[in-house]
Amino acid sequence: MSDRPLLELDHLSTHYVTARGTRIVRAVDEVSLTLRAGETLGIVGESGSGKTTLALSILRLLPPAAHIVGGALRFDGEDLLAKSPAQMRHIRGKRIAMILQDPMASLNPLFTVGDQVAEPVRVHEGVGRRRAWSRARSLLADVRIPVPDQRLREFPHQMSGGMRQRIVGAIAISCEPRILIADEPTTSLDVTIQAQYLKLLRDLQREHGLALIFITHNLGIVARMCDTVAVMYAGRVIESGPVRRIFNAPAHPYTQALIESIPRLGAGPTRLTAIDGQPPDLAVLPAGCSFQPRCTRAIERCRHEAPPAIEVAPGHPARCWLADQSKR
Amino acid sequence: MIEARDLTKHFPLRRGLFARVEGAVRAVDGVSFTIDSGRTLGVVGESGCGKSTTAKLILKLEEPTGGEIRFDGQPLAGLGAEELRRYRRSVQAVFQDPFASLNPRMRVGQIVAEPLVTNEILDGAKVRKRVAQLLDLVGLPERAADLFPHEFSGGQRQRIAIARALALSPRLVVLDEPVSALDVSIRAQILNLLTDLQRDLGLAYLFIAHDLAAVAHMSHTIAVMYLGKIVEYGPAKTIASEPRHPYTQALFAAALPAHPDETREEIILTGEVPSPVNPPGGCRFHPRCPHVFGRCSVEVPLLRGAHGREVACHLYDGVR
Repeated sequence: MSDRPLLELDHLSTHYVTARGTRIVRAVDEVSLTLRAGETLGIVGESGSGKTTLALSILRLLPPAAHIVGGALRFDGEDLLAKSPAQMRHIRGKRIAMILQDPMASLNPLFTVGDQVAEPVRVHEGVGRRRAWSRARSLLADVRIPVPDQRLREFPHQMSGGMRQRIVGAIAISCEPRILIADEPTTSLDVTIQAQYLKLLRDLQREHGLALIFITHNLGIVARMCDTVAVMYAGRVIESGPVRRIFNAPAHPYTQALIESIPRLGAGPTRLTAIDGQPPDLAVLPAGCSFQPRCTRAIERCRHEAPPAIEVAPGHPARCWLADQSKR
Repeated sequence: MIEARDLTKHFPLRRGLFARVEGAVRAVDGVSFTIDSGRTLGVVGESGCGKSTTAKLILKLEEPTGGEIRFDGQPLAGLGAEELRRYRRSVQAVFQDPFASLNPRMRVGQIVAEPLVTNEILDGAKVRKRVAQLLDLVGLPERAADLFPHEFSGGQRQRIAIARALALSPRLVVLDEPVSALDVSIRAQILNLLTDLQRDLGLAYLFIAHDLAAVAHMSHTIAVMYLGKIVEYGPAKTIASEPRHPYTQALFAAALPAHPDETREEIILTGEVPSPVNPPGGCRFHPRCPHVFGRCSVEVPLLRGAHGREVACHLYDGVR
């Protein structure tokens, strides 16, 4: 495995601009991240923290109001921001694939499962229908769907939620992508089905050497699945690093509070650490650090000066003034 | 305080031109539990296990097709109109989505006051005083009463829904996934608020959620449901630390860890929850059970005491 990261985001910013240009929403602001081949990166954040916009920026699938206004985006040594729409279409679905939250919304109810699983193969690799279908059959077997021959001829509504999500997974891996972005892939699934699906993703990753990006609000998914994690708050990555390190020694007060606010199985009736207030509106961010109004450890400096990313340890930056002169 | 005995709800399945009844969805099938004042019963299970139907039966939004519910020892079926009203006032609910459960055209003050206006004869000043008191109880400022729901965030809306549920000083509050629609950083706020209210007002909760850690955190007793039946029932701590029924074990093994070092035994169930229209014979879990043996497909296991809780599983026959 080479040292060069497979995907590199360097101070990437995506802003939404309202029709008359009166309001600017900094949905993704100066985000720097790297992902190596075969690695799993978790992007955690609450709703409105910009995590989905970040995923769509990587694929350049942004809605018309959103613009990538700065930074660099490199995939496998290529500059994705310099690609034409036609070139991007060859990358999307083939080299970078995505799984969305709601499988019913990503499948077309009017086409058979076989047609939909075969489609990317036919489009991207120009394979004929018959061969694409036999590929689809083996893909369904890959995602552990029993009796694939029969399922190929069925429609999405004939399947359960868990099975539909596995079909979406089969479509995503059909062209052997290098990166699979999964945006809240299991939120609509039941607990035991979620466990099945996460295990499947891990097996697929191992078999196909995929790099995975998990977009989630659930720290539990990060704890179970990811190698590295980036915590987003109000459009910025406020802390990132190796998962174990972040859980054991979180440097940012938001990360710390988030980890302490989730109930633990078997911890007994201890009081949860709640974070007061609520996430800010991205169009009217507070001055200084965006988390400062909710932070229990805010100092004077936090109120008027936004902290830069400070290296707490190699590969573990945090945007917090306290991380600076911290006791580490 | 409240007791369910052999509670059953079958929804008839109608088919064809004359809507002939062909079979039934056995949503809840012989469920028994008790909830005492100031205590929380947590109900866990996956979609289709009957936990929401159970909540509806307790709220009397559905009539049971079998079994009974007793309130302070009195069966509900025998209550007169006046007593039934008293029951309905004593049992309130908070639902999952605070965006759907609050009328967008009403001011918060009206929303919280509505149960008071329909159920009690109070003059305007008293209602306003009570509303201010309720808002304070859930941690909202008094001026919130003049605003509309859309002016609040999800967490604050859930506080409004809780204030409304408390308006008639209920004794039991049914909490149906009260935090799953909320942001992670807000969930702990609401869970803590619910804990405080229980302590201060002596409320009983029927807590339904799919987040096992949250249920284990909030509950004194847990009932694990699978396809309309309770498969394990007992003290929350005992069940969370040492689940015995193979389904409970798989469920807790599937729960996401709170820390990367928290490793659990991996039990991945195969297949999916079967349809409650034609549930499998014998133990309803047997087609997915990793410990299945001969008797399981033939004989329905009864809920029996074993290892300090009740389990419905043939593995624990003869265990005390």
